Amino acid sequence: MLDVRDVHVHLAERLVLAGVQFQIEAGEFVGLIGPNGAGKTTLLKTILGLVTPDLGQVLVDNRPIRRGNPAIGYVPQKVHLDPDTPLRGRDFVALGLDGVRWGVPLPRRSRRERVERALGSVQALTYADAPVGRLSGGELQRLQIAQALVGEPRLLLVDEPLSNLDIRNAHEVVRLLHELARSRGMAILLVAHDLNPLLSALDKVVYLARGRSMAGRTDEVMTSESLSRLYGYPVEVMRTRGRIVVVGGPDMHLVPPEAADHAGLGEWEATTP
Amino acid sequence: MHMMGVLDTLHLWLLPSGLLTTLYMWHAYVCGTIVALTATLVGYFVVLRGVAFMAHSLPKIGFAGVAGATVLQVPPLVGLLTFNLLGGLVMSTLSRRGRRDVVTALTLVLALGAGELFLTLGQAYGETAYALLFGQIVGISGPQVGQTLAVGLVTTGLWMILYRPLLFVTVARDQALARGVRERLLDNLFAILVGLVCVMTVPVVGALLGFSLLIGPVATASLVTRRGVHTLLLAGALGLAAIWLALLLAYDSGWPVGFFATTIIVLEYKVVYIGRWVKTRRALAI
Ligand SMILES: Nc1ncnc2c1ncn2[C@@H]1O[C@H](COP(=O)(O)OP(=O)(O)OP(=O)(O)O)[C@@H](O)[C@H]1O
Ligand SMILES: [Mg+2]
Repeated sequence: MLDVRDVHVHLAERLVLAGVQFQIEAGEFVGLIGPNGAGKTTLLKTILGLVTPDLGQVLVDNRPIRRGNPAIGYVPQKVHLDPDTPLRGRDFVALGLDGVRWGVPLPRRSRRERVERALGSVQALTYADAPVGRLSGGELQRLQIAQALVGEPRLLLVDEPLSNLDIRNAHEVVRLLHELARSRGMAILLVAHDLNPLLSALDKVVYLARGRSMAGRTDEVMTSESLSRLYGYPVEVMRTRGRIVVVGGPDMHLVPPEAADHAGLGEWEATTP
Repeated sequence: MHMMGVLDTLHLWLLPSGLLTTLYMWHAYVCGTIVALTATLVGYFVVLRGVAFMAHSLPKIGFAGVAGATVLQVPPLVGLLTFNLLGGLVMSTLSRRGRRDVVTALTLVLALGAGELFLTLGQAYGETAYALLFGQIVGISGPQVGQTLAVGLVTTGLWMILYRPLLFVTVARDQALARGVRERLLDNLFAILVGLVCVMTVPVVGALLGFSLLIGPVATASLVTRRGVHTLLLAGALGLAAIWLALLLAYDSGWPVGFFATTIIVLEYKVVYIGRWVKTRRALAI
């Protein structure tokens, strides 16, 4: 379904992705994990065709990607909506269906029903008629997922959907996406900087650090050896009470940045797909 | 013009109402209506996209265009079209590289400087400039009404074509880009849309009032509506009410239309704003 091959991307003279490689099959629920600034959002934009790789290739259904592929749904990380935006939730969702088309939308029954179904699948019907600018972060998050789902994509890219949510809602959204992957055979790539809320649902993890990736089953990737190799300096992966904690990663500020720089990108081995 | 024939016949039917006894008042009402409705459509996106400053600048750039047209002795419409469309395109192209407000301001002062030069060269200082800044809605010729209607129809047509992708890219930019919406093309077409509406407003209500019609009614309507359709309908009604009432008052008093129209537009905003405030206070008190 999705095949990311040795992708290199530089932004403003900085190599952000330096050989990212992994595959996702239909129906798989995959977590894209990595510290802030690791290049997770950049990777999603590359898959969407919004960023062109300097080297490497991204294939969707064995074909090179192009921008605007309706088979891919996207839920971006940041949303900014003016509180007075004169748009109801359902109008916002409908844009995901035919927002690219020219002209004024005609009120058709099939269109209404598809929007209604998408709203229902994320349990957003109760606030579907409220103005979008006034919704809470979590409510807007669900509407965004509905907007991505309404086009019935086969691959869903979701950028940090859990950062706006409390623990209960985070679990709820993970369960919902997991269910969608199962029932519709949809491939989902979900970005998060914390793996733990996802642990039970994930089929696979793609761990991103310093521009490189490590992909595989959770127990393969989340080991001290794999991640130390990825970071280029020793980190420790610990499991306590069913949680996985990476000690010594850049989020923990235990390793001075100079030490990280000394590792140098050049000496790294190819990532294991 | 054939269309004008129809409109003027309509005027004859309305004669008994007493107000529209003179043909020039009838022309003023027709033009005011077309301008108010079209300005509402375009103003909707101006407010949504937060580009009021650009919408404020373009009519003044158009003013320079008309001044230039008098120097070159070409029809004013040519000058307006050239300056407004070019000005809009320059703003939308350059603001992708620099800050939008700075680019807009620089384009504006450049055009105003040129406008001053043209006015001097054309030796048409006083009255022409006055008419361009404040409009001459009372005193519009038949062909001018036809022109306004034609530009109004083109603008409305373009607005309808742009509506959906423009809305998408405005409220959900990243998703729209991912789905293949062409942002650059839309930016430029939107600039043309604002340019076109200024082409209509400048000769009729002037560079200054044109802007208040574009922004005011939509801003007022957005205070109390939560659906695009309702915003458009309410804003259209508010704009029409303002221009119609202004024409009536101006006819009676002899004072300028622009003064009444802007005052009414601002009053509408204030009244709705205070009304909303009172309503929330009440709700909180319960
Ligand atoms: N347009 C850009 N121009 C230059 N640098 C950029 C651009 N976009 C992102 N970057 C840089 O690329 C790096 C990766 O950014 P990216 O947004 O992909 O990280 P991320 O993994 O999504 O981080 P976060 O968890 O904070 O969202 C960052 O260091 C960022 O500063
Ligand atoms: Mg990010």
